[in-house]
Amino acid sequence: MNFWRKVIAITWKDVLSEMRTREIIFSVLIFTLLVIVIFNFAFGASQQLMVLVAPGILWVTFAFAGVLSLNRSFIPEKEESCLEGLMVCPISREVIYVGKMLGSLLFMLIIEAIALPIFAVLFNLPVLSLQLVTITVFTTIGFVAVGTLFSALAVNTKAREMVLPILFFPIVVPIIIGAVEASSLALSGKPWGDLSPWLQIIGAFDAIFLVVSFLIFTFVIEE
Amino acid sequence: MSGTNTAPQARAVSVQGLTKSFGNYLALRGIDLEIEHGQSVVIFGPNGAGKTTLIKVLSTIMRPSSGTVSVDGLNLKDNAEEIRHRIGLVAHQTFLYNNLTAYENLEFYSRLYDVSERKQRIHEVAAMVRMTSRLHDRVGTLSRGTQQRLAIARVLLHKPVIMLLDEPETGLDQHAMSMLWKALKAEGKEKRTIILTTHNLERGLELGERLLILDKGKIVYEGSRQALDLAGLEEAYEHSTRG
Repeated sequence: MNFWRKVIAITWKDVLSEMRTREIIFSVLIFTLLVIVIFNFAFGASQQLMVLVAPGILWVTFAFAGVLSLNRSFIPEKEESCLEGLMVCPISREVIYVGKMLGSLLFMLIIEAIALPIFAVLFNLPVLSLQLVTITVFTTIGFVAVGTLFSALAVNTKAREMVLPILFFPIVVPIIIGAVEASSLALSGKPWGDLSPWLQIIGAFDAIFLVVSFLIFTFVIEE
Repeated sequence: MSGTNTAPQARAVSVQGLTKSFGNYLALRGIDLEIEHGQSVVIFGPNGAGKTTLIKVLSTIMRPSSGTVSVDGLNLKDNAEEIRHRIGLVAHQTFLYNNLTAYENLEFYSRLYDVSERKQRIHEVAAMVRMTSRLHDRVGTLSRGTQQRLAIARVLLHKPVIMLLDEPETGLDQHAMSMLWKALKAEGKEKRTIILTTHNLERGLELGERLLILDKGKIVYEGSRQALDLAGLEEAYEHSTRG
């Protein structure tokens, strides 16, 4: 219980800070909407083509938006020199990881919740289905689990905005492929059974990287 | 709060053969140090001597490369979280979030430190640093000096028994420094253990009972205030850090 109370304190601090500045949600949302609109103009002619390319567009957009958002996860801690303040508190390093991860997850889900209906309208596709929402939530969990770890790693480097995507994208390729394939099937109206192999891959990725990131975060932050 | 549960028989700090390396660079080269409860120890040394690294290891921010460290009788390797309850760190930075108010900052840290009766304690420490009227202002809007006072309030929240002060005069002005010292001495019946690193020989001599000089990751001199005046300390410093 104590673990979760402190996790929530860190997440709440991030939410409060974000509510004051709207630094992450506002800028990432603008980026997301711009990308969706640009792709809509680029592929807007044929509905058949749209069904084919929409899953890729959706996940490219969310992947880049996610990197922008995750880049900001540890930067305020570093810029305000508060990371050491957290590290000297009587909490395990894992509390910091989970607290920061939940904050990033919340911000990403808010951005996706706003972007998905707009995507549905612009591309005229049934994006707001239970299948696609499930894929989005599970993919975002894995994405943020890895991203939070690499964000902590990149924040100590000089070119942190460059370092994060370079480290991060090769690792998240499997979950993005899984998400694109599962989304493609969902948009084609396939049943849950057809999606299940891809959902299992996404679920396995989430489980593995949540555990691995949780376990190695201490070394990343201390060394 | 476990910050008040001290083990009276144990030393405040006990360090044996402590080394810390960053790649090939050895920042601490076999430090041996015993500090009793209630002692105020000042560590002098030039830039790059290893003062901040030593404080970071003692405050559990960094892991030692080798050697053993125990704080209040607790081994640092196995009891880092428990040790953090007992120490307070004042460093160059304030560790405060600019977008939150002073109260929100203190509340956030008091949650992480498991401070009981949070609201009352926040008002107590705010009163100690004369910040009560500014508690609901955002930290980003406060002057540097006021932020420094708030940083002192933050570090006093959980009543630490061991205070680590890493060159606080670079982050604290004269007024804030006096306030910190007064606040450290004012609270609690038992004397706090204080470990201070500084470049300022005069200030250090004034504050510390025991004086150490660290150079190239080693303790190269040890003396006491009773046995030294400023000229003697300056001479010892020059002699110890030469070459």
